[in-house]
Amino acid sequence: MTHSEGNGGVPGQSLIFAATPLNMRNHQLQWLFRVLFGLMTLILVVPVGIILGVLLVRGGPAISFEFLFSYPSDGMTAGGIWPALVGTMWLVAVSLIASVPVGVAAAIYLSEYAPDNWLTRGINLAIINLAGVPSIVHALFGVGAFVIFAGFGTSILAASLTLAVMTLPLVIVATRESLQAVPVAFREACWNMGATRWQTIRTVVLPNAISGILTGVILSVSRTAGETAPIMFTGAAFFFPFLPVSVFDQTMAMAMHLFVISTAVPGAPDELKYGTALTLITLVLLMNAASIWFRSYLRGKKKW
Amino acid sequence: MVGEDVRLSVRDLSISYANQPALSGVSLDVHEREIFGIIGPAGSGKTSFLRTLNRMEMLHENMTVDGSIVFDGHDISEIQNVYALRRRIGVVFPLPVGLPLSIYDNVALAPRLSGIKKKDALDEIVEQCLRRAALWDEVKDRLGALGSLLSGGQQQRLTIARALSQDPELLLLDEFSIAVDPVTTMRIEDVLKELKQEVTIILVTNLVQQARRLADRTAFFLSGELVEVGETEALFNGKVKDQRTLDYLEGRFG
Repeated sequence: MTHSEGNGGVPGQSLIFAATPLNMRNHQLQWLFRVLFGLMTLILVVPVGIILGVLLVRGGPAISFEFLFSYPSDGMTAGGIWPALVGTMWLVAVSLIASVPVGVAAAIYLSEYAPDNWLTRGINLAIINLAGVPSIVHALFGVGAFVIFAGFGTSILAASLTLAVMTLPLVIVATRESLQAVPVAFREACWNMGATRWQTIRTVVLPNAISGILTGVILSVSRTAGETAPIMFTGAAFFFPFLPVSVFDQTMAMAMHLFVISTAVPGAPDELKYGTALTLITLVLLMNAASIWFRSYLRGKKKW
Repeated sequence: MVGEDVRLSVRDLSISYANQPALSGVSLDVHEREIFGIIGPAGSGKTSFLRTLNRMEMLHENMTVDGSIVFDGHDISEIQNVYALRRRIGVVFPLPVGLPLSIYDNVALAPRLSGIKKKDALDEIVEQCLRRAALWDEVKDRLGALGSLLSGGQQQRLTIARALSQDPELLLLDEFSIAVDPVTTMRIEDVLKELKQEVTIILVTNLVQQARRLADRTAFFLSGELVEVGETEALFNGKVKDQRTLDYLEGRFG
């Protein structure tokens, strides 16, 4: 770090651009932080790569038409995952039906109608906290509220509602943020024309927030598909050798099935476990990819 | 000469935001079919004044309004149906706000909100308003294009067309030329001179020369106070009641 002071050595013009000690230090620091942040990013990416790589190598051979579309057999040490796959779809669908209308409506209220006072600030805080509640706590809440109190028993309905409660904050926060990304000037222009709040929301705000809302919904789908704890006591069965026919049936589910064959079934071959995990993660990644694609598609049609 | 019928009568109007006064004790009359200019430095309460005229204060928390505003013989604070009031008052903002809808839908929005559904009626309103805002020739072949992607000057004329689509009796313009090039500004000014035949216009502007070019009468606001109102030409010719007005008009201020 030693070099000439401003007035030493080189004569003339070049002196003006000579690096001062402060310049040198800033430059070194900037390099240091760049490397540091780059390393952190690498650390973040490596586990994801390893997980995907291992799953692909060890689970890939297990994936077949047979595996995806047949029932488990031989005490779940062989066969496929069809009922679990169908069950996960049931859970996702029913929980979306419950969480999306409620979450979107609540977000519209909070963003467009609610006055800014201690009550709404409290509600917003509660929603953020709800997102931080551990899923096992949601599970126990679900047992109390839906299985026992509401009398749904252990069923798809109880499990889906538990999942819906868990993903509500995701939907609400995503919706609220995309509503608030619509410039206030658009709303004011509408109000000045004599539009009511609802007319304004319907004609200008919602059409421009829909991409963000859908992204939030799809992210909550992938969360729903991957959770085990909330469905464990509320509706997911250890082994249920039928496809569910109504929301009051129990069901198998991908995440639960993976947990079961990994911990509770002695002698289940590894490739079955890896295959199940790979299917689950592919399902989730596909949904995330769909959401990213959809968002960039709508951004391509950006309207202002 | 302008008609002397009073279209809008303001008495003892005071506005404050969370107990911070923005405007106090303003009384003035705006006549039928005149351009009423409002000039004054930033923070003098011009925009707040406009907001109260169509009851937008209802949508701004902390904003309180005292005094009376009589529009067309009605005290506006007693109007239950503020939406109907707002439909009769067109507003143009400092920054152009092309809504993220097609050009056609931008102009058809207000008529649709008030229940007009017939395609040919809407077509006619859209064409007429775009013509009056001097935008028709530039956009007639692409009415389906997004209004929010027009250039700034075009968007501002679109905003004016949209305001006209409400068939307003009163048009409020808040520093409309702030984001518009001089040529477009002149075109819009010509439009306003035309419109004056049918509509009463209140023009808030930072450009004193714009007030001189357009306004029949001009009010000077300073720090939340109405300093004076007078015939525009008289004011610019030095016939002022208050020395501060002259200082502001001649750029000898602060």
